[in-house]
Amino acid sequence: MSPTTEITTPTQSHASAEHANLKPLKLLRQTLGRDRLAAAGAAIIVVVIVLAVFGQWLAPFPDQGMGSTNASARNLAPNALNWLGTDQLGRDVLSRIIMGANPALTISATVVAAAALIGIPLGAVAGYCGGWLDETLMRVTEVFQAFPPLLLAMVTVAILGPSLTNAGIALAISWWPWYARLVRAEARSLRERSYVEAARAMGIPQLLIITRHVLRNCMTPILVQATVDIGTVILAAGSLAFIGLGTQPPLPDWGLMVAEGRGLIFSSWWIATFPGLAIFLAVLGFNLLGDSLRDLLDPRQVKR
Amino acid sequence: MLRFVLRRLITSVLVLAVLTVIVFVLARIVPSDPAVIYAGPKAPPAELDRVRQELGFDRPMIVQYFEYVKNLLTGDWGNSLATKRPVLDELFSRLPATLELIGFAMCLAVLAGVFLGVVASRRPGKFLDGTIRFLSIGGISVPAFWLGLLLQLVFVGGLGVLPATGQFSNSIKYSNPITHITGFPLFDSLVSGNGAAFQDGLQHMILPALTLAAYPLGLMARMTRAAMLDVMNQDYIFTAQAYGLKEVAIRWRLALKNALPPVLSIAGMATAYALTGTFFVEAVFNWPGIGQFATSSMLAVDYPAIMAITLMGATAYLVANLLVDILQSRIDPRVRMS
Repeated sequence: MSPTTEITTPTQSHASAEHANLKPLKLLRQTLGRDRLAAAGAAIIVVVIVLAVFGQWLAPFPDQGMGSTNASARNLAPNALNWLGTDQLGRDVLSRIIMGANPALTISATVVAAAALIGIPLGAVAGYCGGWLDETLMRVTEVFQAFPPLLLAMVTVAILGPSLTNAGIALAISWWPWYARLVRAEARSLRERSYVEAARAMGIPQLLIITRHVLRNCMTPILVQATVDIGTVILAAGSLAFIGLGTQPPLPDWGLMVAEGRGLIFSSWWIATFPGLAIFLAVLGFNLLGDSLRDLLDPRQVKR
Repeated sequence: MLRFVLRRLITSVLVLAVLTVIVFVLARIVPSDPAVIYAGPKAPPAELDRVRQELGFDRPMIVQYFEYVKNLLTGDWGNSLATKRPVLDELFSRLPATLELIGFAMCLAVLAGVFLGVVASRRPGKFLDGTIRFLSIGGISVPAFWLGLLLQLVFVGGLGVLPATGQFSNSIKYSNPITHITGFPLFDSLVSGNGAAFQDGLQHMILPALTLAAYPLGLMARMTRAAMLDVMNQDYIFTAQAYGLKEVAIRWRLALKNALPPVLSIAGMATAYALTGTFFVEAVFNWPGIGQFATSSMLAVDYPAIMAITLMGATAYLVANLLVDILQSRIDPRVRMS
């Protein structure tokens, strides 16, 4: 952040000024220091990232993780060789879970990035400029938000054809309005700040004001929202895969693995249970951290 | 009050109109040739031409759109490609099962969520608050389809105390057939005094309702806690405390009343999550509702069904939000002004 934005005095107009101006890293450090659940969430996130990056070296059977079958070892219960058992095609469940971390994290990071890239500029311009531009954007986002969550994405995938890529496109299409609205609200309150007015009075071009003063100062709430959303998109993509509208076999996907083990839940419980646990823990990690970060950002929820 | 309701009604109708445009674009303009979808991928060119003529795909888009809207308004939502029956019939025959499930789940979620939220707000930052926070974030994070399977594993496979799937046992149809009154089977069995069927239906309801309730429950608990902390810091609460009112009365009567409006506004959103949540819960529990029809239509690319489900889902969400808004404006007159 440039020194010009550092020396601004927070005005009284915005209640959360104190924390909203915190730099992301500082906010993260403060949260982790005082909150054990947030620290646990961060630890889970680190594990998921490590699995996603180094999965092919960590998985005991990387080729089975990617889908190659092993007919002689079908439906084995957890044992010394296959710690989490094998599925109905003899593949090591642990390897498939580890290899599934990469696609899960990649798709959710891509979807959130795409949604942010569409939503942030639109929201910033609408919030800063106001007028008919703002009015139009808000009406458009309202229509997108009139769909129950996931329904628009499900329908889009059904029409485009089920695959991981199409699931990603569909999720990004239904996700950007949230970022547009978030940034728009921040931009509207920042617009009235004295340092933004000062910049305007000095004749700095509007585009520069938006990027340098408005956008930089709403980075923290955006990053907090993105933390929660990465978890939410992992859950959404897994749900799409579970009903057959996402990743297709034989690729590893946690939601798909639950679907594959569903029919065997009573005889070979491990096939569906462990991949589902992976989704749950990954989403929980992002939600625990995101929830604490948001608590610190929102003064209404600060503890007495 | 009436003006507020009218204004909200008009905006809802406008949004609905735009929704029909989106659904139309998704169904007619995104796919390269809609005729192929209706006639099947292996249909000969002559057959494709016939379908195009019959369904009017050769006419200008704008004409097709108004035709579509006209059909919607006259109740002709097209026939399902899979079952050949009118889509609207298919949806309405499955609606009661889904509504009963959502109703049970939401009652559970609101009651338990508000209760947990108030309890958590008593000593913020202490052990009980932390536990409830972990539980409610867990409820938000858990995949419904996996939670359903786990519950089946424990209560059906392990303990063997509850049925795994379906809405009623098969034998009920013969031993205690349900009299058709409203079409809502559980309600009908209760009203007609059919105790055996009611008990059986209730047993089948427990696990799906629990599964579906997890997400809204977590959401409601978090929101209630935040709203309660907000209210408990206000002057009139301090006054009541100074007067020596019992803490229980202050918390559950005075404070909760004023914490409810923000909680209620989240209930609309929570219902929306339950709407799509049923898609997954019904899949796991083989529940004979709209969710199952929806997922199978989407997998089979059954266009008329998909279009109808999209529109119906969005309408249900709009209606839920409208009801919440009206309820809220009754509780809190300030809402009407904004």
